[in-house]
Amino acid sequence: MSTATATTRAEYCVIACAEAWRDNGEVLASPMGLIPSFGARLAKRTFSPDLLLTDGEALLVGLDGTVEGWLPYRRHLTMVTGGRRHVMMGASQIDRYGNQNISCVGDWERPDRQLLGVRGAPVNTLNNPVSYWIPKHSRRVFVERVDMVSGVGHDRAEAAGVTRFHRLPRVVSDLGVFDFGGPGRTMRLVSLHPGVTVDRVREATGFALALPDEVPFTREPSAHELRLIREVIDPRGLREREVRS
Amino acid sequence: MSDKTMTPDEVVGRLRSGMTLGIGGWGSRRKPMALVRALLRSEITDLTVIAYGGPDVGLLAAAGRIRRLVAPFATLDSIPLEPHFRAARESGSLTLTEYDEAMFMWGLHAAANRLPFLPVRAGLGSDVMRVNPELRTVTSPYADGEEFVAVPALRMDAALVHLNRADRLGNGQYLGPDPYFDDLFCEAADTAYISCEQIVESAELAKAGPPQSLLVSRHSVTGVVETPNGAHFTSCAPDYDRDEAFQKLYATTPWPEFAARFLSGGSEHAYQSAVRTWHEEQQQ
Repeated sequence: MSTATATTRAEYCVIACAEAWRDNGEVLASPMGLIPSFGARLAKRTFSPDLLLTDGEALLVGLDGTVEGWLPYRRHLTMVTGGRRHVMMGASQIDRYGNQNISCVGDWERPDRQLLGVRGAPVNTLNNPVSYWIPKHSRRVFVERVDMVSGVGHDRAEAAGVTRFHRLPRVVSDLGVFDFGGPGRTMRLVSLHPGVTVDRVREATGFALALPDEVPFTREPSAHELRLIREVIDPRGLREREVRS
Repeated sequence: MSDKTMTPDEVVGRLRSGMTLGIGGWGSRRKPMALVRALLRSEITDLTVIAYGGPDVGLLAAAGRIRRLVAPFATLDSIPLEPHFRAARESGSLTLTEYDEAMFMWGLHAAANRLPFLPVRAGLGSDVMRVNPELRTVTSPYADGEEFVAVPALRMDAALVHLNRADRLGNGQYLGPDPYFDDLFCEAADTAYISCEQIVESAELAKAGPPQSLLVSRHSVTGVVETPNGAHFTSCAPDYDRDEAFQKLYATTPWPEFAARFLSGGSEHAYQSAVRTWHEEQQQ
């Protein structure tokens, strides 16, 4: 029986991502990336059944693939600004205030590495909850200052007076879970995935993290959740390729 | 009523260097690639291109035809980063106006509605404001007093879009799951050209799909081109999916080599033949 084996790091990551959508109610879960999409599916199958999901293109679909609605890009943007959505984006860089970069690395005028461009990060961060998923926690990603603010962080939102719908609930990495409960709304360690130490997180983070007095571990999945992850949601074990134990 | 059918080369014959050109579709999805290939066969250059960027942007950038790109991204979807767009940016050969996706959409709406701008709650606080110092803000005159970005209209000289079906008058139909923004591109442009998989009689359009599939109306269309497989190698559901193997080839082959093999034949027919030959080689 597969559930007899120990929970892997990737499975803690799925649980940590799923928790981002707990108590969100009837909103669109927009997971970008493999582990967040497994997390969103797990949340919907368990504690957040009212979540809406898409097929990755223009259809709203149930867990069995039943089409329940139409969401082409132009309507998706209305869902964003209407606020009834919680996206989990990736980040090439993220800083202590939650400013995120997916546009380019280096000087914007002539970047060292051109990446995607800002995409919808500006509209997302000003309108609906935005969480982040970082599959490889390192100083290259967790930086003192991002090169191009695509997703708006707390300091920038306050300076620009655009905090009305600005909310960054959590950051999940392969090492732990973080929020912005530190001083001045800076990044704080919320939980470590089992097997990870505070020192390891500090070592991999390019700025000083706020730390609680005692750092808990990310919660264990229930037997039911483990079975769902392993047998229903990701039977091919793709999660283990994105995050190694 | 006038028959608006023309060839890809006739479309390009109506375009000029220095124009502002809108290109429909999204990323590597339903791009008017046959029209882009026709552009590549011409001498037209110094373009300002407005697009949710994909390989259309990559091809034009690789050939050095773009002076300025207005876009929120450029991607090949299954391959996240567009290699030629990247190379052009990293070599400093392409000037970028980088907008957020929603800013971009409202810029299209503003142009289609002949408004100078529309207010958008996106961009403020981000570096989109830093890298586009010409952007201005507007304050709500109502009690909330909220400040917004006044996204300028993305007006264009010409728009190029690709649809599944059209009639000879310029009524265009999409049959896939997403219209993208092709109707807005046509309405935001002084002239608009539709390429399509198949030109059909007007009466056939309503048989192929529901009224809502009739995305583009003839009043906003200048020319219609029948280009079967004309979105290749991007997707054109339900007629065909993206040609992933060929896209991968495009993304990994040095530009001169790719251009010599697939884009030097002098016609769309030559391109499609070269693609077929390549696929046959892969099967051996």
